[in-house]
Amino acid sequence: MSLAALLVLADGRFPAGGHAHSGGAEAACKAGRIHDAATLEDFCRGRLHTAGLTAAGLAAAAALGLDPAGLDAAADARTPSPALRTAGRRLGRQLLRAARATWPSPELDALAAAFPRGAHQPVVLGLTARSAGLGPDGAAQVAAYESVGGPATATVRLLGLDPFEASGVLARLAPDLDAVAARAVAAALRARTDGTDALPAASSPLLEIAAEVHADWPVRLFAS
Amino acid sequence: MHLDHGVTYPHRHTHGAAPVRADGTRRALRIGLGGPVGSGKTATVAALCRALRTELSMAVVTNDIYTREDAEFLLREAVLPPERITAVETGACPHTAIRDDISANLEAVEELEESVGPLDLILIESGGDNLTATFSRGLVDAQVFVIDVAGGDDIPRKGGPGVTTADLLVVNKTDLAPYVGSDLDRMARDAAEQRGELPVAFQSLRGADGVAPVAEWVRERIAAWIVR
Ligand SMILES: Nc1nc2c(ncn2[C@@H]2O[C@H](COP(=O)(O)OP(=O)(O)O)[C@@H](O)[C@H]2O)c(=O)[nH]1
Ligand SMILES: [Mg+2]
Repeated sequence: MSLAALLVLADGRFPAGGHAHSGGAEAACKAGRIHDAATLEDFCRGRLHTAGLTAAGLAAAAALGLDPAGLDAAADARTPSPALRTAGRRLGRQLLRAARATWPSPELDALAAAFPRGAHQPVVLGLTARSAGLGPDGAAQVAAYESVGGPATATVRLLGLDPFEASGVLARLAPDLDAVAARAVAAALRARTDGTDALPAASSPLLEIAAEVHADWPVRLFAS
Repeated sequence: MHLDHGVTYPHRHTHGAAPVRADGTRRALRIGLGGPVGSGKTATVAALCRALRTELSMAVVTNDIYTREDAEFLLREAVLPPERITAVETGACPHTAIRDDISANLEAVEELEESVGPLDLILIESGGDNLTATFSRGLVDAQVFVIDVAGGDDIPRKGGPGVTTADLLVVNKTDLAPYVGSDLDRMARDAAEQRGELPVAFQSLRGADGVAPVAEWVRERIAAWIVR
């Protein structure tokens, strides 16, 4: 695995549309559930072990070369909120555009042809990692990191939270991030023989419900 | 008047900004409108739609900062049918959405071309930002920077990427100049100094047909785009 390719893909400046999404942080800030670094950390830990783990499993499986259509259906089944499903596909399509420009490959072209309205972001992420020469572990690491990096950046913008505190939160989550990525990879390896049911299906009802409410706000800073 | 850039963009031909559609016809010309909040970008977009909609097939993408006000204003004013107006959300960073990560805007532009059929012109309004916000050349073919006389007549002198490099600088709300003590001649001199050959249009949208010079500039761009 090329560590440098991993850095390019994980860079928050990678132009794949993530900057306009808060990963549920905007709704949580408004509800008072995130109001400082400690509560941001709680939020991120919860998201990492639910949505993050699920995304990392899907990404690792896609990086292993499992059928993207089956993985996309598995992602749908793991995303109850229609608003989050829409956001996930939108982000998938935006990532695919950036990925095809950055690491062109026939697999990415085939994915774009099969999913003109966008495949779920973690599935695209896994195939992107594969095209970048990364394995399932790289894909899972990026998915896990994105699941907390997005909310942390968004909270800096939303609350004016000290950016040093936000990066401290992410650093303290590093052992959890590694553990989640390892679990995701192990599940993805099992899914090769046992099918997509072997992939993590952890979900956070509060994130799903809050996403539905957020999608109806007339005034908001983030798309999700 | 405007000289096209000598640079070529190889990625354009595969990722969104390729100048031809899949069927070989030329895609819509994309013009970005940037500039500070309140300078008159939405009003200019609305006036351009009214001036050009009978001769061109048009659509608009707005990049509201935290509301859907701009899109809703254009819908309320019925400057175009609703299916031709799309809003993009920018995550509190309007300049990122038009420059550093243009993916959401490219999606919006392509969806418009797909859903309403071939278009001649797509106007992309930035959410409004400071004087350094400019559009990526991967997103737009030309950009207009809109400032107004009420924001201070020293803005052209201050320069910055928008004022200095935009393909067209619009100085809006000239009707207000006497009330805010702005010296239009000075603004014109400063703008010329910053911009060299690049054009500047002074307009008041309060007057009849105030958008005419900008509409004429758009027509020239369209003519150049089609024959290219
Ligand atoms: N007096 C005057 N007001 C204008 C003119 N153009 C726009 N406005 C007003 O300026 C305000 C801001 O315009 P808007 O187009 O929303 O600015 P934007 O934030 O740049 O999109 C609105 O109240 C407009 O009606 C003009 O030429 N003269
Ligand atoms: Mg506006």
